[in-house]
Amino acid sequence: MINYLYPDYEIVRDPSKCIACRVCERQCANEAHSFDEEAGCMVADSSRCVNCHRCVSLCPTRALKIVKSDHTFKQNANWTGDRITEIYKQASTGGVLLSSMGNPNAFPIYFDKILINASQVTNPSIDPLREPMETKTFLGKKTGEIRRDEKGRILPYTEPQIELSVPIMFSAMSYGSISYNAHESLARAAQELGILYNTGEGGLHEDFRQYGANTIVQVASGRFGVYKDYLEAGAAIEIKMGQGAKPGIGGHLPGTKIVGDISKTRMIPEGSDAISPAPHHDIYSIEDLRQLVFSLKEASEYKKPVIVKIAAVHNVAAIASGVARSGADIIAIDGFRGGTGAAPTRIRDNVGIPIELALASVDSRLREEGIRDNVSIVVGGSIRSSADVVKAIALGADAVYIATAALLSLGCHLCRSCQSGKCNWGIATQRPELVKRLNPDIGSQRLVNLVTAWKHEIMEMMGGMGINSIEALKGNRLMLRGIGLNEKELEILGIKHAGE
Amino acid sequence: MKIHACDYTDFRELNQAVGESADETVVIDRCVGQRYIGCGISGKEIQITGTPGNALGAYLDGGTIRLKGNAQDATGDTMNDGKILIDGNSGDAAGYAMRGGKIFIRGDAGYRAGIHMKAYEDKIPVLVIGGKAGSFLGEYQAGGVIIVLGLGAEKTPVGNFCGTGMHGGKIFIRCKRLPHDLPPQVKARRASAEDLSSIEGILSEFCKEFSVSKKELENEHFYLLTPDSANPYKQLYVTN
Repeated sequence: MINYLYPDYEIVRDPSKCIACRVCERQCANEAHSFDEEAGCMVADSSRCVNCHRCVSLCPTRALKIVKSDHTFKQNANWTGDRITEIYKQASTGGVLLSSMGNPNAFPIYFDKILINASQVTNPSIDPLREPMETKTFLGKKTGEIRRDEKGRILPYTEPQIELSVPIMFSAMSYGSISYNAHESLARAAQELGILYNTGEGGLHEDFRQYGANTIVQVASGRFGVYKDYLEAGAAIEIKMGQGAKPGIGGHLPGTKIVGDISKTRMIPEGSDAISPAPHHDIYSIEDLRQLVFSLKEASEYKKPVIVKIAAVHNVAAIASGVARSGADIIAIDGFRGGTGAAPTRIRDNVGIPIELALASVDSRLREEGIRDNVSIVVGGSIRSSADVVKAIALGADAVYIATAALLSLGCHLCRSCQSGKCNWGIATQRPELVKRLNPDIGSQRLVNLVTAWKHEIMEMMGGMGINSIEALKGNRLMLRGIGLNEKELEILGIKHAGE
Repeated sequence: MKIHACDYTDFRELNQAVGESADETVVIDRCVGQRYIGCGISGKEIQITGTPGNALGAYLDGGTIRLKGNAQDATGDTMNDGKILIDGNSGDAAGYAMRGGKIFIRGDAGYRAGIHMKAYEDKIPVLVIGGKAGSFLGEYQAGGVIIVLGLGAEKTPVGNFCGTGMHGGKIFIRCKRLPHDLPPQVKARRASAEDLSSIEGILSEFCKEFSVSKKELENEHFYLLTPDSANPYKQLYVTN
């Protein structure tokens, strides 16, 4: 059978710099590099390269670089190289195309078409280095009900809350989709930062129980690793109804990845596929969702907020309105750019809507219905910078979820090959020799650095607007202006155009 | 401790009363649809008459729930250990994702009984349905044992799409004829003497609990359904 595919990327080696130390060969789990004994030099097979930059980063003489291949199909604006290549892959295998990480296509990024306000003359800006600036946020129901004892004294009472030092959390990535060391890095960083990380639906490794106060435990349709102690182990419980990268479909971790500790934390036998059905088969309505929310609250004695995570889809505002009435304390909305360890390409690239539009419409809808205080809103997919965080909060979010940004801090180079299980950076892999490349001491520090830097930037931007508390930024859409957006987009986002 | 369920229309108060009771045995009578009874508990015996609501014994972690009456949906959801005995019928999704323990239903079960049952280390969950089961029995089953006895049933005692997506565990069906629409990855055969001896103890326990004559079970043969692969979706994908 002829292989129709030419590699997307080429490994370029500068022979005048290469000292044949063979680091690249040892570092590449895809076996792209080898030493040619006869010729006495290193050679590369570009077809094996995933462009993860591991060899480039570790080459001591900077002899390597990866370049986009200039090999091309005959130019065609309709039949692009990607479309043709995908046809070849499917024609030769009969398989469903499977991709990793978030939707890479050129859809509009609304965050980049929104600008932030600053004070001039009439309303003084605040210097966060000299003046107090509050970034602390509480997530959960903000009940308006006042309870009094028989003498009329107010009884202090709040629904369970999550306290965050900064409105950023690490979103769900299961142990299995990412490595032990990646999980440890996230858990330790969350603890140090005073924020939360999320187990995903892979269960909770017993070593990480010590980070319980900074952990969200997830319950998904496969119910992997879910039992009484697990539900009590974290600070909050998240019901995963959907994921931005693959709305409407389930997931499965192949049996080949269910080994050792992965099998233990998921509580299923080694080698068995971990299948998460597309829906929860006991949830076909908001009433059914309410049942699961309350069964989790009963099991955890009403001590923990319950988060319901949904993907941003067409009717997200109506769905969120239902979720806000289901008894859930927090709604997490995942936009169509959200990442994944593996999702069918067609779903990832074509299903769902941008988080900016979903967030704005959900926040507006809940306000209109007078139920905005029933729930907090957390958004993800994809938050790429502190500016995105500020814009999301001004659009109405209480906090954001980050995952791709967190993985990038750990060394991910977005090569989008997670599904292979051969991550050279020790993140999306379970191979011990690869996992150990990610040092949790360094990993957690880099995550702490990232979030700390973002926190400073958030404070700078808030100060510039003359706002000294994140609460005062929440839903403050007057602080935003659109640029290059049409009337409809501005209407949905609930913001004015720049210049207005 | 005895609780009159009618005194607690709110499930939260009822379950709090059950939880706070120091007694090993709690009797709940005249149950009128309160949900989440026995949710996440262990080490107690709860005896119920009447009709409990959905999610009876969800996340159950040990102990026993005995119900004289019918159960509604999602009984034993994600249960980890313990025993639920239903002397009556059950609604839909009984034993959803159960990982351990036993659920015995004297009568019929609704749709999706035993969906996504699992097994883990020494935990092998067991779901026995005395009468018939609705459609999608054992959907996505990943482990454990489901037994349908078909007592009093004239036709094959399972509905459509039995074992869809099954990739582990066993389903025993006591019947003359196999379901007509078994999925291709499910293998079915007459249960051998050896197969039956593996569930002998379970059947004896069921018969004893519900005063069913064990002899009656012997007048019909059992079929055994197993998946032919633990990795049903292996060949489905190509890396892009």
